[in-house]
Amino acid sequence: MEMNSLYDSLSLIAPELIISVTLLVIVLFDLIFKNNKKMLPFLSTVGLAVALITQAGNLTDGGFAFSPENTPLFYGMLTIDSFGAFFKILVLAASMLIIYFSSTTDEVNESFDRLGEYYTLIFGMVLGMMFMISASDLILIYLSVELLSLSSYVLAGFSKNKTRNNEAALKYLLFGAFSSGLMLFGISLIYGMVGSTNLTALNNFLQTGSINLFTITISLILVFAGIGYKISSAPFHFWTPDVYEGAPISITAFLSVASKAAGFALLIRFIRVGFVSYVDSEGFWKLSEVFDWQLLLVIIAILTMTLGNFSALWQDNLKRMLAYSSIAHAGYMLLGLAVMSDQGVLAVLVYFFIYAIMNIGAFFIVMLIANRIGSENIDDYDGLGFKAPLLGVSLGIFLVSLTGIPPTAGFIGKLYLFIALVDANMIAVAVIALLNTVVSLYYYIRVLKHMYLVKPSTEPPVIKPSFNNLIFVLILAVPTIIFGIYFTPILDFAKQCVQFFGV
Amino acid sequence: MEVGLSHFLVVSTALLSLGIYGVITRKNAVMVLMGIELILNAANINFVAFSKYGNFGLEGQVMALFIIVLAAAEAAIALAIVLNIYKTFNHVNVDEIEDLKE
Repeated sequence: MEMNSLYDSLSLIAPELIISVTLLVIVLFDLIFKNNKKMLPFLSTVGLAVALITQAGNLTDGGFAFSPENTPLFYGMLTIDSFGAFFKILVLAASMLIIYFSSTTDEVNESFDRLGEYYTLIFGMVLGMMFMISASDLILIYLSVELLSLSSYVLAGFSKNKTRNNEAALKYLLFGAFSSGLMLFGISLIYGMVGSTNLTALNNFLQTGSINLFTITISLILVFAGIGYKISSAPFHFWTPDVYEGAPISITAFLSVASKAAGFALLIRFIRVGFVSYVDSEGFWKLSEVFDWQLLLVIIAILTMTLGNFSALWQDNLKRMLAYSSIAHAGYMLLGLAVMSDQGVLAVLVYFFIYAIMNIGAFFIVMLIANRIGSENIDDYDGLGFKAPLLGVSLGIFLVSLTGIPPTAGFIGKLYLFIALVDANMIAVAVIALLNTVVSLYYYIRVLKHMYLVKPSTEPPVIKPSFNNLIFVLILAVPTIIFGIYFTPILDFAKQCVQFFGV
Repeated sequence: MEVGLSHFLVVSTALLSLGIYGVITRKNAVMVLMGIELILNAANINFVAFSKYGNFGLEGQVMALFIIVLAAAEAAIALAIVLNIYKTFNHVNVDEIEDLKE
């Protein structure tokens, strides 16, 4: 590779480089200043903020990074475009929230002497996600998925003195390694047929080459197993409730938002770059006819949200309930992708932006309450609403928003999703999704019922969160309301970002 | 008889099947991990065989090298987690580690 093209490629991945440098700085800082562990969150936040600002400045950049020599144009390991920029900004912003979240979590702070490892591994996850978002080569897709997975296996079992932590780590590891192994086998079959691991080459092959339908179907289902595991869609969702309940709660929130966002970005780019022959004037994608992605995604989406919503109905542990709810939300977002149009992807982007805010908020309040009463069980929430008015009201806002009732932001996300479905004449699917939303109302409101209407058997403790924590709750709760009424900024931002480079 | 691409594919498919069989039937966590290792190596054989017989250049061989390194990293992390499981549960039987089920 020529030096000039190397410099060009490096300038395209500036945010990733900043994250890598911060990772090294954290490792060194932790080694040299052993007694300054309280500084680690600040250091991490600064690194993430610099990367976020750089990324926001390069919002409209487009290009291929690390193209191998002697290949046709448009072959790069990474594709930098505004679609990727949207998800990277989402991941970086969510990571900053999670860094503060972690620094207040008792579960994490109990292992005070290992905090350096914690923040290093968080940055390993962030780096993996950012490469996953812009990867356009099957080699890099596999490597970045593994970078994300390996860091998160360790983090899921971070406070290793607790039984449920260890169990979460083992289950995450076994399911993750198995599904990524299957994905790798699928990739090897695709490589054997196409002769290259590049997604653009795959697209060219599907339009011209001689295709063995049986092999391509098998290999794509295997690849989907790997991605489906990352976004916890049925039937690859079995790890989700156990891992979300067992892992430290800050990591649970991180997995449910950022890791899922990266998985969705990967899936959308994989289909958009690898399979779309052309886009018609109304923005609908015309796919190569070798594999019916739409049918597969619709079936899996319906299965995912129905399973998620109905299993959530009888959960007594709030972490576990939110885990099933995040499975259900993955189902809604898969429907947005299943529309196979630019409008569908726009709906997914809007939905994800809002989902990130309200989901982190809900987990944060569950954490604050668990710090005080040492339990996430719904029976221990009896009467808490009156003892912690602000937390109770905010949790109410987040849960109502997760259901999707106006005037909260969650309604806007669902609205755009349903508009995209109706525009594509998928009315039956939209009705199923709507019925699912009604089911979800039961388990979200049940929490509020326990907090406000159930008479507690013993006097509940007074919960007084610190000033910083209150500010953090407000930072998340106020946008949840405001974006429900004035949502033009999200929509404009997302519209600007439905741009894929080079296709 | 000359050894061709199809022979390699038969071996890799057999390895994949054995790996999946191991993951599903074994109760010992270490044995499950060995099954996963078989799956990874099945993919490895595919990559190298396709790269040699398809004249696709070195991409497949490079991928195989990456996979070997990743498999080692994964094994290191996996064994550390299994060791922790042994310390807390005094066994590594996957079927009996189910405190989190409701």
